[in-house]
Amino acid sequence: MLKITCPVCGIEGDETDFHYGHEAHIARPATHDPDNVPSATHSDYLFMRRNPRGLHFERWRCDRGCGKWFHAARDTVTMEFKAFYLMAELPPDALQREAKGEWAEFFARKRRSEAET
Amino acid sequence: MTRYSIFSIARNAMHYHKDWERVWRSPNPKPEYDAVIVGAGGHGLATAYYLAKEHKMTNIAVVEKGWLGGGNTGRNTTIIRSNYLQDASIAIYELSRGLYEGLSRELNYNVMFSPRGLLMLCQTEHELRALKRTSHANRLAGLDCRMITAQEAKRLVPLMNVEADCRYPVLGAYYQPRGGTARHDAVAWGYARGADALGVDIIQNCEVTGVRRNGQRIAGVETTKGFIRTRKVGVVAAGHTSVIMQMAGVRMPIESVCLQALVSEPIKPVIDCVIMANTVHGYISQSDKGELVIGGGADPYNNYSQRGSFPALQQTVTALVETFPFISRLKALRLWGGIVDMTGDRSPIISLTDVEGLYVNCGWGTGGFKSIPGSGFVFADTIANGRPHKIAEPFSLNRFAEGRLIDESVAAAVAH
Repeated sequence: MLKITCPVCGIEGDETDFHYGHEAHIARPATHDPDNVPSATHSDYLFMRRNPRGLHFERWRCDRGCGKWFHAARDTVTMEFKAFYLMAELPPDALQREAKGEWAEFFARKRRSEAET
Repeated sequence: MTRYSIFSIARNAMHYHKDWERVWRSPNPKPEYDAVIVGAGGHGLATAYYLAKEHKMTNIAVVEKGWLGGGNTGRNTTIIRSNYLQDASIAIYELSRGLYEGLSRELNYNVMFSPRGLLMLCQTEHELRALKRTSHANRLAGLDCRMITAQEAKRLVPLMNVEADCRYPVLGAYYQPRGGTARHDAVAWGYARGADALGVDIIQNCEVTGVRRNGQRIAGVETTKGFIRTRKVGVVAAGHTSVIMQMAGVRMPIESVCLQALVSEPIKPVIDCVIMANTVHGYISQSDKGELVIGGGADPYNNYSQRGSFPALQQTVTALVETFPFISRLKALRLWGGIVDMTGDRSPIISLTDVEGLYVNCGWGTGGFKSIPGSGFVFADTIANGRPHKIAEPFSLNRFAEGRLIDESVAAAVAH
């Protein structure tokens, strides 16, 4: 049984009080420029998944509390939650640096694009 | 390889069964193979067996990070059926079920295939209609199946509650008489023994730590027992597919989640077929040892730990109690979990990739055991010839970009 704390309303509950929302930090590509989305990008959004063994970033919904979606960082081997953070946020810096593989590339890209703007 | 027969048993009985030879070798890896299969589960071993037998590729290896058959092959509920909705699915699952019929003889190894009949209960009007549709689709494809009434189902399983006054009354059932079970370990062991006898090296305790590429071509695999040079790699790693494919730089449309099952304490024979109750999410059969084998839905979240959480199991068992009231008094004897690889359309992936020489067979999700022989057969053909087998073709990786989904997510079975 996972124990989860909602970062929005602060309530702590069992996994059955929450709803799993799968991979975090994916944005629908058609939202900004619907006419120019290659099918590969769309298929990537719909079906391709970051599926790491280890640190993972995901969405949960506080079903029986405030009803809001939020993010969580969790280890998929030990099941340990590393952080709960809001929907509009990225995970804490330390966790971003701890991430491996596709997640590490994703956060590096985010940091680069932030540095440019 | 000693051929097993009544005479070999008699011969060995004279030496108090102390002289049976080892069933497969434990070789060290050679520096180079014609092909390397990653993962010695049922699918990987079947692939190796058919590569050697049908395509005469005997200079191949199967590398396995643990022991052979120790993953999902040894963790499923051993159900074999082929009653899927889409034509592409029926083709591969029925090929597989058909191969199971003759597998013990083919491998000279008793896999205890038992076509004891499979029932899918209809417990809502919608489910009755959906399964009628499935049965029509199956009969058009030539499958032996039919719809039966609740009373007929009751005759097959007298202990089942078919009263009309429950939350989910049994309104009828889909019946596939040649569905059933087999002994899961024996399937892995039989293929391993067969492949080994044909010269395939099965290398256990040998984890793949990297996939080496030469540009867009496969150059070999790094393992804990050193580098193995090869031009063809078949990844058959179920729940760990994403991890291996990441090493080769290929993204996969897969999420790994835990699927649990349990067995009860052994009791006298009460159920002699396989029963699936999809609306309430549970399936049940009885093993030869007398244990009731029970499975249900997968845990929702990504998981590589091979351990599930209690609520998913609890839900499965509570769901079955109304239809099978007697199970409420039984004790659970063992429970376990396996890491299954779920695709978006709940259909498998048997495919070439953008990397030349890299092949992948995964995405069997919660239904891998039933498909071991067919999957190995078409994947071996795909690897040997460098192009998809006709039955494997619809299951290619690019179906996700082309919008050619083979949607079994709502059509097929309980655990989706």
